[in-house]
Amino acid sequence: MAQRRSYQIGSGLFILLGFAALAYLATQTTSIANFSQGPSYLLKARFTNVGQLKLRAPVKIAGVRIGSVESIEVDPQRLDAKVTLSVDRRFRDIPDDSSAAIFTSGLLGDQYIGIQPGGSPDMFKDGDEFVLTQSSMQLEDLIGKFLVNGSPASKPAANDEPAAQAQPASPPKKS
Amino acid sequence: MSTPRPWAGIGDALARVGAHGLFLLQILAALPASLRHYRETVRQIWFTGAMSLVIIMTCGLFVGMVLGLQLYYVLSIFGGTAALGTVVSLSLYRELGPVVTALLFAGRAGTSITAEIGLMRATDQLAAMEMMAVDPLAYVAAPRFIAGVVAMPLLACVFNALGIFGAHLVGVSWLGLDNGTFWSNMTSSVDVWKDVVNGVWKSVVFGAVVALIAVFQGYTTAPTSEGVAYATTRTVVFSSIVVLAVDFVMTAFLM
Repeated sequence: MAQRRSYQIGSGLFILLGFAALAYLATQTTSIANFSQGPSYLLKARFTNVGQLKLRAPVKIAGVRIGSVESIEVDPQRLDAKVTLSVDRRFRDIPDDSSAAIFTSGLLGDQYIGIQPGGSPDMFKDGDEFVLTQSSMQLEDLIGKFLVNGSPASKPAANDEPAAQAQPASPPKKS
Repeated sequence: MSTPRPWAGIGDALARVGAHGLFLLQILAALPASLRHYRETVRQIWFTGAMSLVIIMTCGLFVGMVLGLQLYYVLSIFGGTAALGTVVSLSLYRELGPVVTALLFAGRAGTSITAEIGLMRATDQLAAMEMMAVDPLAYVAAPRFIAGVVAMPLLACVFNALGIFGAHLVGVSWLGLDNGTFWSNMTSSVDVWKDVVNGVWKSVVFGAVVALIAVFQGYTTAPTSEGVAYATTRTVVFSSIVVLAVDFVMTAFLM
């Protein structure tokens, strides 16, 4: 009987250890660890292009996380993206002329919303909307502008075309 | 001998798969009856789970340390050592944790289950149980199956935790990566449901697969010492193959 009891205690300890490991993995090493559990309030911001912004992306002031992106949806009337931000209630005193911009962490990293504090004496209230926003910078657009401005990139492609058409008709021809 | 051999081989393989499937149904049918023998189930959890902790923890630690070293080297080529924690944790949660644990579990617990049940079969203990109106499926097979299903995910979680610890040991304490970088990059890109919980699901299925094969091989072994030896070997071979194959299928569906 004593032996059976020690089995049970041992199994109990083992199961406990396993669940403790699972709880540790789930809460300390995943994005849950980043969620502010405290009360929060909502702010809105409109962008013409949100780029690769994702739900639960961080909202930062001065590079420090103060909240997360709650929802991203298209406004059917104005056809722009309406982003709802959930900001920790500890950071209540954000001037209402602050601006929101979508930045990329690093060259190719995830995107986040950075808030540039303004100087207004009035603070944002729950549900307020940013007046000044700046959309995400599209790397493709930049590259496109850069390419269009300069190089003779189209010339080799034009030369290739007749050669490709001629090839099936006369395979042995070599230049 | 008139039948062509390949067809016979395919028939054998199909019959084997079918026998495993039918045996699984039998075990599932015996589950309610095995609730009366919950003490036996607890003892099996102790034996297959808790007694496997040492090998799982040691292997987890070393796998984590090796991952830390290797990935640090590879990532340093691209100047991306900051992503070490992310890469280690994702590869552990999604693949290495469940798979390596399942392989170790097949070697540590699966073999002993097969040998134990095989010897019971060889020494006619299973027949004796039937004579005493004790269903061997409910008293012998089902508790070991449940124990495998319960113990595997827990072992995989312990493996993952020790793996992260090992990678942290190598990356931060030895190679001098910043502690905050290691953790914050990990926490920002690992998702609970997509990564951690999917890994747990995988390990639950692997536990069921390994336990089913181990119990089946023991239960249907030829009642000789040679038969038990073959059955034990087959347990390891079959469970390794099936675990890796199921891993591919589950990865394709869960991703």
